[in-house]
Amino acid sequence: MFSHLVLGLRSAGLPASITEYLTLMAAMKAGVAEYSIEDFYYLARATLVKDERHLDKFDRVFAQCFKGLEPPEGVKIEDLPEEWLRKLAEKLLTPEEIEKIQALGGFDAIMNRLKELLAEQKGRHQGGSKWIGTAGTSPFGAYGYNPEGVRIGQDESRHRRAVKVWDRRDYKDLDDTVELGTRGMKLALRRLRRFARQGAATELDLPDTIRSTANNAGSLDLKMVPERHNTVKVLLFLDVGGSMDDHVKLTEELFSAARTEFKHLEYYYFHNFPYEKVWKNNRRRFEETIPTWQVLRTYGPDYKLIIVGDAAMSPYEITMQGGSVEHYNEEAGTVWLDRLSSHYRRSAWLNPTPKQSWGHVRSISMVNDLMEGRMYPLTVNGIDDMTRELSR
Amino acid sequence: MAGFKSTEKYIATRDLEVAVNAAVTLQRPLLVKGEPGTGKTVLAHEVAAALGRPLIEWHIKSTTKAQQGLYEYDAVSRLRDGQLGDPRVHDIGNYIVRGKLWDAFEADEQVVVLIDEVDKADIEFPNDLLLELDRMQFFVYETRKTVAARHRPVVIITSNNEKELPDAFLRRCFFHYIRFPDRETMERIVQAHYPDIRKDLAREALNVFFQVRDVPGLKKKPATSELLDWLKLLMVEDMPVDALRTNEKHLVIPPLYGALLKNEQDVHLFERLAFLARRGA
Repeated sequence: MFSHLVLGLRSAGLPASITEYLTLMAAMKAGVAEYSIEDFYYLARATLVKDERHLDKFDRVFAQCFKGLEPPEGVKIEDLPEEWLRKLAEKLLTPEEIEKIQALGGFDAIMNRLKELLAEQKGRHQGGSKWIGTAGTSPFGAYGYNPEGVRIGQDESRHRRAVKVWDRRDYKDLDDTVELGTRGMKLALRRLRRFARQGAATELDLPDTIRSTANNAGSLDLKMVPERHNTVKVLLFLDVGGSMDDHVKLTEELFSAARTEFKHLEYYYFHNFPYEKVWKNNRRRFEETIPTWQVLRTYGPDYKLIIVGDAAMSPYEITMQGGSVEHYNEEAGTVWLDRLSSHYRRSAWLNPTPKQSWGHVRSISMVNDLMEGRMYPLTVNGIDDMTRELSR
Repeated sequence: MAGFKSTEKYIATRDLEVAVNAAVTLQRPLLVKGEPGTGKTVLAHEVAAALGRPLIEWHIKSTTKAQQGLYEYDAVSRLRDGQLGDPRVHDIGNYIVRGKLWDAFEADEQVVVLIDEVDKADIEFPNDLLLELDRMQFFVYETRKTVAARHRPVVIITSNNEKELPDAFLRRCFFHYIRFPDRETMERIVQAHYPDIRKDLAREALNVFFQVRDVPGLKKKPATSELLDWLKLLMVEDMPVDALRTNEKHLVIPPLYGALLKNEQDVHLFERLAFLARRGA
């Protein structure tokens, strides 16, 4: 019954499964959401979405799937002046098509054809509801006749409230579109794991127990040891903006793989080259910067430093005082990179651009030299090599 | 069965009500996430109260194992009893210690089980409970006995998002993300907790509270539970409303801020901002 919702969710990249769909059906059958579209929306959300990052995507797909469910009151399709429709028809249909339609049966047919066209157009467009709204030249700018468009500028109606809930898109901030293809990276990063016994002694140490029980002439003497935990600490510096925009997806994958793999993971952002300031929140990057000195003081040399960036910039940004494109840096980039790589015992640079093209960009080879050759391509193999280097 | 609704003490939004009722009706676990202090744990208490069922709480720590929720075999006491020649030693059942889920499964009536902060445990913890939560039964190897739920309990699981939960686990749950309440809901919450609070005090306090939350860079934003604590303090101290009123645009450090700001960096940040604002004015 609602399979198109599930299919829509899946094609939008939400991991909704048949089990969850069946659960939704069972819940509907049990009457959890009776006769209320709003309750149905809440129920579908609770059943099909399992992560707040996906809530926004869900809202969008839901709105798309059920756009015709609640026809707006007031303006009906047949209320629209014929003249308007004709104009729209001229815009969307070729003269031959109009002729054909006229031959087929006139106005009703045009209406249907238009509807089809619009639906098709909406489907292909990202955030389709904007199509008619942004088409300012269209005679339907104010009204439109598709349900989404009509709502603009219309008075509050009984039905509108229902649509509003998912049109609000409250969860936009939580959406971070991370692809699931991170398994390879996770496996590569796993090599960095370093186990150590720490904390309370909760595990039975069998060899020691046997030994000390034997020493005790057979009466039991238990020996415990703490459990093994992954103790590796990772500090991630991520280049954002500018030329890195092409590599956003890859970097996100790395980030999401690293986040699930390490318990002690700290990350900071920089632009082009790490100078005296880094930041944690890209939206507030100018308001909330963190002095790099503070990072150096906070995270000791036992952290493993991984810098992710394409290192494509003007050589001045690396070598010169005041060379940064964004601000006046008191000390040259080389000074800061030296500071970072001498503070952290193990550090490496991951570069999302393919290794073959490194030779063509001067700044890349400069950074590679500064890192003493510890620059690796951001591929599964590259990460593998990097972890080998970092865990030596 | 009575459905779950907002109570005098607990304001639930409609989407939360639907999620809870779906979980209760279909007898599947409900996973609740949200900012700390938005009432995830309290929800279980309220659901239990609303349904009139006893609540069994299982608080998860980093060392908690899934098996501990089912049962534990106390081999060490048995070994010791064996050495001392205790007759109890012949029945292995004497050394099976029941866990919280066993208690819940064998209860005479349906109960509400709270599995609190599931993300604190090891990454494999949720996977180890898949079958148990799905079928609501488990097998005790030592006694060769299957323990099945007489009445499928209502399971409420909370998570603070410290670790990602496995897909297979998520697929079996209903999910609800408690959003931070907007001002209107917050007023209702305050009203529900302190019905006799002075109106003007509540209004000014909420102004200050949302202002504090808007300060960029706070490590821990104060949430509902902090607000309620703070209001209580304000009421106990009989704070005059003027102390809260901020006609000027700039920030002032709220009185009794210790209830709102929970670490010294945030207090420092606040003091610095207030200082800058004063100087600017």
